[in-house]
Amino acid sequence: MKLFHALSLFFVLLVSSHAFAVEPDEMLSNPALEARARAISKQLRCMVCQNESIDESQAPLARDLRVLVRQRIMAGDSDTQIIDFLVSRYGEFILLKPPLSWNTLALWGAPPALLILGILMIVVVERRRAAGRPAAEAAHLSAAEEARLAEILHTDTAA
Amino acid sequence: MIPEIGHYALMLALGVALIQGTMPIVGARSNDPLLMSMAVPAALAQFVFVAISFLALAECYVTSDFSVFNVYENSNTTMPLIYRLTSVWGNHEGSMMLWVSILVFFGALVALFGTNLPAALKANALGVQAWIAAAFELFILTTSNPFLRIPNAPLEGQDLNPILQDPGLAFHPPMLYLGYVGFSITFSFAIAALLEGRIDAAWARWVRPWVLAAWMCLTLGIAGGSYWSYYELGWGGFWFWDPVENASLMPWLAGTALLHSAVVMEKREALKVWTVLLAILAFSLSLMGTFLVRSGVLTSVHAFATDPSRGIFILAILIVFIGGALSLFAWRAPLLKQGGLFAPISREGALVFNNLFLVTACATVLIGTLYPLALEALTKEKISVGPPFFDATFGPLFIPLMIAMPFGPLLGWKRGDLVGAAQRLLAAALLGAVALAAVFAATRGGPVLAPFGVGIAVFVMAGAVTDVVERTMVLRLPPRAALARAIGLPRSIWGTAFAHFGIGVSLLGIVSVTAWGSEHLAEVKQGGSLNIAQYQVTFGGILNRNGSNYQDLIGHFTVRRGGELIGTMEPSRRTFPDRGMATTEAALMSRGVSQLYLSIGDPNKDGSLPVRLYFKPYVLLIWLGALLMFFGGALSLSDRRLRVGAPRPAKARTAKPALQPAE
Repeated sequence: MKLFHALSLFFVLLVSSHAFAVEPDEMLSNPALEARARAISKQLRCMVCQNESIDESQAPLARDLRVLVRQRIMAGDSDTQIIDFLVSRYGEFILLKPPLSWNTLALWGAPPALLILGILMIVVVERRRAAGRPAAEAAHLSAAEEARLAEILHTDTAA
Repeated sequence: MIPEIGHYALMLALGVALIQGTMPIVGARSNDPLLMSMAVPAALAQFVFVAISFLALAECYVTSDFSVFNVYENSNTTMPLIYRLTSVWGNHEGSMMLWVSILVFFGALVALFGTNLPAALKANALGVQAWIAAAFELFILTTSNPFLRIPNAPLEGQDLNPILQDPGLAFHPPMLYLGYVGFSITFSFAIAALLEGRIDAAWARWVRPWVLAAWMCLTLGIAGGSYWSYYELGWGGFWFWDPVENASLMPWLAGTALLHSAVVMEKREALKVWTVLLAILAFSLSLMGTFLVRSGVLTSVHAFATDPSRGIFILAILIVFIGGALSLFAWRAPLLKQGGLFAPISREGALVFNNLFLVTACATVLIGTLYPLALEALTKEKISVGPPFFDATFGPLFIPLMIAMPFGPLLGWKRGDLVGAAQRLLAAALLGAVALAAVFAATRGGPVLAPFGVGIAVFVMAGAVTDVVERTMVLRLPPRAALARAIGLPRSIWGTAFAHFGIGVSLLGIVSVTAWGSEHLAEVKQGGSLNIAQYQVTFGGILNRNGSNYQDLIGHFTVRRGGELIGTMEPSRRTFPDRGMATTEAALMSRGVSQLYLSIGDPNKDGSLPVRLYFKPYVLLIWLGALLMFFGGALSLSDRRLRVGAPRPAKARTAKPALQPAE
């Protein structure tokens, strides 16, 4: 459904005449510092857009933030200092990767918890089914015997 | 007159849907063949009425009837015919019309080709299908009427959003909807089985072609959307973990799981309850995708609250159908008898493993997509869940799945030989390891995980080949005998091999473009050059060109490799005066399966041009892999055992076991 993405972009375009995300005139001349700025930008959300990082976004706000990030880099701040500064200013909404906290415990915990739950469910169902199998049938043939029987039947029909 | 005919036909369709939703189900309960047989003509009539309605709307667009508000808002006489036609579904009302049209089209197909279905199952399934149709027809008629007139018709319409004026719109939404709505059939069959309280392997055989067809369309729809955003949005991203994309990925994941569990059910009568649940979930997720996109709830909880009529209506549909289906499932599922025991290490076991990881991945996407909404609604706190979250959680879930995938087809039913399968996969594993080592050596200092990604991708591809090699015994038999075996292999085996191979191909593309793509941002003056990979791109100058309803400002570039001219690229800024909007039209140059990607911004006053130049290594493999998956699905669908309306006759199954190839 890029349709919706396109529509959200459409609103962005309405307020912006800029063509791109990061523009050449914003870039730092030192490639190492610029690379740092890009890496930081990719983790920050453009807050007026739909799920876009400020690195991708064309909105003026994103541009301001990109320039701000670069100013802080030039001022000698570390990556964490810059991100902390932006979080203190705009809240955790700006982070595309939500930090682990009480609020996001369920979010980060869900995938492993679900996987474990799924495995447990499979084991329980398997156990219950094995237990629920008619005792007579189970006593009748062992697994190995059953396999042997299947093998005999198979060779018989294939011949 | 035409819009009124369309409007009226839609009302008639709603009336027919109400009949189709009650009489056949009552008939199935009271075992009345006459009532049950009403389902078929009703489904066909329903299709005819909705088709009339849809064609009426299309006619309004083609003839630019601006007295219809919907046409006035989304079309324009200067637009080429193809975009006037595609703009039928390039808006909310029209896209819902397309949704319902596809829904009743599938219903008509079941009615026409399901001649060998048990009468009660068919009556119930078509009845459930009619309830879905009725709900959406009511939704269109009450909240999203596309046939609304304007008293004084304007002379000219507004324009379709320029981003949507693209061949992508002709292809992407219909494919996606074919997939979404295709799962409605499996849903209806699942509900029908629950209503009857009876389900068997034959059910899986009837349902599997529908699952396959829906899955194929969804695969192509998602891949098409991904390619569309890749070239249209101007920075060459192919997947954004956007909530709207996630909305289409979730049914795909559930559908893929369903596809595999239905195999187990068909062959071994096991996993019945689980398959029914997946069939319900796959369509529920499709419905939820529709809700997420159509209600505006994604932009903000508040945006949803300010114009709630549509959102509330779809939410009600969602609650009634999903809630109803799951309640029915909880009530009736215990009636369904389980069959087919199997050992943990077996083909069934491998497919359970597949389902476990696919469903967990699907749940992860679901939680990641809805969590910010839920948190904001509960605590007023706003957080973002973006690509880094999905990369960190979805990736680790997919890796075990990829590694396990080649083992599945090599394991026997009921009880498999893991060591034997591992031995047969030795060559594939070695190939993967060699690829890993080679890539690692060649890209020292690059991304650390990427070589492992390549290794896994190669293992997956080689594993898919191994399956076919083993079955045809091409290495052990003389060529002629192997060829005979290859021809004799069921097409579903070939389908599996192609689809699995395709996954490996896509993975290879994703890994290489993510890890080794390069980017060059600069402002170039006329005659200036940029270097990327082994290519030199020179800016020749700016051209202006007029299209039917737009103006292009084109940057003309020549591309050289080692001094030799290999072509030109013409990215543009496209301005649409009717809306005062501009789009970025990137230029793409394919070199094998890699691409050069060039897009430009507005020229500066000094005549220089801001340029974004990318080299995307192996990027086309991403979509090529999807095409292979689609092709694999098509092969499987053409397998005569699965062909709609041609289940394997019982006689052949028992009398001629020798004709059934070993599996």
